[in-house]
Amino acid sequence: MTTTPPDNHLPVTEPPVNSETAPYWEAAAEGRLALPRCEQCGYVIWYPRQFCPECSSTEIGWFDASGRGTVYSFTVTRKSWGEWGQAAPFVIAYVELAEGPRVLTNIVGVDPDDERLTIGMEVTAVWDRTPEGQGILRFTPL
Amino acid sequence: MPATGHTGIRGAAHIAGAYEHPRREIPDRTVAQIHTEVAAGALADAGLQFSDVDAYFCAGDAPGFGPLSMADYWGLELRWFDTTEVGGSSYLAHVGHAAAAVAAGKCQVALVTLAGRPRTGGRRPGGSGRIPDAPEIGFENQFGLSIPANYALAARRHMYEFGTTSAQLAEIKVAASIHASHNPHAFLPREVTVEEVLESPMVADPLHRLDCCVITDGGGAVVVVSPEVAADLDRTTVKVLGHGEAPKHTTGGRPDLTFTGARWSGPAAFAEAGVTPEDIDYVSIYDSFTITVLETLEDLGFCPKGEGGRFVSDGALVAPHGRLPFNTDGGGLCNNHPANRGGMTKIIEAVRQLRGEANPGTQVPDCRLALAHGTGGALATRMGSATLILGQEDA
Repeated sequence: MTTTPPDNHLPVTEPPVNSETAPYWEAAAEGRLALPRCEQCGYVIWYPRQFCPECSSTEIGWFDASGRGTVYSFTVTRKSWGEWGQAAPFVIAYVELAEGPRVLTNIVGVDPDDERLTIGMEVTAVWDRTPEGQGILRFTPL
Repeated sequence: MPATGHTGIRGAAHIAGAYEHPRREIPDRTVAQIHTEVAAGALADAGLQFSDVDAYFCAGDAPGFGPLSMADYWGLELRWFDTTEVGGSSYLAHVGHAAAAVAAGKCQVALVTLAGRPRTGGRRPGGSGRIPDAPEIGFENQFGLSIPANYALAARRHMYEFGTTSAQLAEIKVAASIHASHNPHAFLPREVTVEEVLESPMVADPLHRLDCCVITDGGGAVVVVSPEVAADLDRTTVKVLGHGEAPKHTTGGRPDLTFTGARWSGPAAFAEAGVTPEDIDYVSIYDSFTITVLETLEDLGFCPKGEGGRFVSDGALVAPHGRLPFNTDGGGLCNNHPANRGGMTKIIEAVRQLRGEANPGTQVPDCRLALAHGTGGALATRMGSATLILGQEDA
């Protein structure tokens, strides 16, 4: 998967890593999108947690996803507050991953007014870096 | 699994008092004082006093330790308290819970209050992504997701699937503004046109500034009492006929942004009340944004899913003679949105309509049955939905 994001000016914040989400963030730091999957029923879970909301199992494994997906919905934020206000306009989206889950993210590397920006647009994962080297998942058009 | 042996809350309790704070900017009061003013107002409306209260309900807007702090502040002796915190839907849930508690013999006079100062006190609306230890926090707070953007994601998807237009959403704001023009307390008392909505600045497309509710200080309160207490009061009361509540969430990462939890809370409330959408004379629909109203109307069964845009386009929501008059106080879109929570004012305006005390020009003739609906949280992530069916005293 692509790991170098297009230039963007979106704020990055250090994520709150905990015992439930550490495998995700360890992969993210390496530019890999790791997804949790229920060992009992196979459901691919989002957001990451040590519990399957489909079958109530707590046996959760991890696998590397393709990083490919399509835009399920999006909005161009024109007005916001603080550092995000200064970054506006920017694109927030739900991307439906090829593996099933819909993840909140930003679409970068495309002008917010570009006509290509539509529901159904194919995108691929890119990683912005925090000062401490953590990866923040965003997507860019294929 | 089905519940057994229950009889529901139909007629088990009455709303005997309701009061909305008249101010929209309150820099000179503490949050506890505003809770006090609305509590006193609702109790006086009912003909009751603080010393009559034996149950208290509040949500996250209550200061300090919620019912413990406020019972202390007011010197209440309580038999029952409830701090159900599901954002703007909390207060509708509280009324349902109060009716259930009254039905169970746990209390007789339940006070529910809401108050806050987001306008002059500097508290902006925010979702659970701002709450420490929310399990989703690291996966939703990295992307600049404001509350308007959250609802915009839902609006865009609804447009994509059903052809809903910005002009149709604007019709909801127009209807609210017509109602607000009759309300001397409304924050935005001026009638607006569809064109004005569409020409207002884009906040998070497709939502314009005028698709968004206002941010105001304020508050409100209601008093829920047993039928025995209601019978002893001089004031006309409103009967609680049905209640439903449900969370809607992201389904393990498969959120469907085209519907709300009203899909579940609505049918439960209608079933308990023994009525259908066709029977309803007036609706108070949570209106944080225009899209909130549109999806909720569909989910409550006032029109088929996807037909909301057409349903609201011909003045259907405008009182007094539209097919389904809504939010006759001007709602959160124009009147007020105290504490960034519009649930309480939804109940209060439904009570006014059923008592025949809505603002002149917006009173629905012979309003016998009303529905009030609250939405807490946010449409594109997780929300609480709560529905009440209310009726005239003899309903």
